[in-house]
Amino acid sequence: MSGLIGKKIGMTSLYDADGQALACTVIQAGPCVVTQLRTEEKDGYKAVQLAYGEKKEKNTTKPMLGHFKAAGTTPKRKVVEFKYFAREFELGKTLTIGDVFAEGDFVDVVGKVKGRGFQGVVKRHGFGGVGGQTHGQHNRARHPGSIGACSFPSRVFKGLRMAGRMGGNRVTIQNLRVLKIIPEQNLLVISGSVPGAKESFVIIEK
Amino acid sequence: MSELIKLVEATNENRKSEYPDFKSGDTIVVHVKIREGGKERLQLYQGTVMQRRNPNSAGETFTVRKISNGIAVERIFPILSPSIAKIELLRRGKVRRARLFYLRGRQGKAARIKELKTSK
Repeated sequence: MSGLIGKKIGMTSLYDADGQALACTVIQAGPCVVTQLRTEEKDGYKAVQLAYGEKKEKNTTKPMLGHFKAAGTTPKRKVVEFKYFAREFELGKTLTIGDVFAEGDFVDVVGKVKGRGFQGVVKRHGFGGVGGQTHGQHNRARHPGSIGACSFPSRVFKGLRMAGRMGGNRVTIQNLRVLKIIPEQNLLVISGSVPGAKESFVIIEK
Repeated sequence: MSELIKLVEATNENRKSEYPDFKSGDTIVVHVKIREGGKERLQLYQGTVMQRRNPNSAGETFTVRKISNGIAVERIFPILSPSIAKIELLRRGKVRRARLFYLRGRQGKAARIKELKTSK
């Protein structure tokens, strides 16, 4: 595996040779700095820790300051570990987009979904609502309906899908194609959509 | 919009400057490239422009309506689409709105659009 940390910029369209318009997401990926190397001997697994995004020194905790100092870099906002990175690195090395991705690659993108707040079952779980507006229905068109039987089992089963907080969770979108790379601005153009708001952090894995 | 997104959109091949400056109400001919069994040919599609959406963006499209064998056809083209070979402007129309959805409810004589005559 290999990957980078990035920031979602927004969406636009690109056209392929067949004249087909492709919805695509623009991500500013990297440059990332190697801040720690996990080894089999010391940690029991192999991984590379990458850091991305500038951060003020006064906003960084002292333990993290020391961590970045050991890697020989300035403080960073986001730190992510990538297990079994495809290549070997030394501490403090800077990774740019061209080192990891090429046009035509298929990548997975991890992001944090926009928070939707408290939502009903129709939006949250895709329920169909109670049916029509007639036959005595007057105020429960988007309700869940029955949540179980009566004296047996005399309780509501655990995990039953109900209304509640939606969004704000971590989601991975798999197999998105890299349409274009603009190395000067560290831009990665990926076909399809990606979870999260603009300016939010995303992890791109290959 | 973000400058970075504009940078990505700039990589689309933009041939808008080759096309005539058409508006809703105009009659145009769109030369569409069609690929059939590895061969490419041109198909002409002539009709009235109903609207232009999202102008000056990468997603700009225009809708062309025509009556084909008595059946109305509306076709939406992305203006940056590489399958458009050429656009010809046949006739300018005199219309008072940007989106001509009222044409859908009309037939024959009622669906006519007056020609815009510019004084020179």
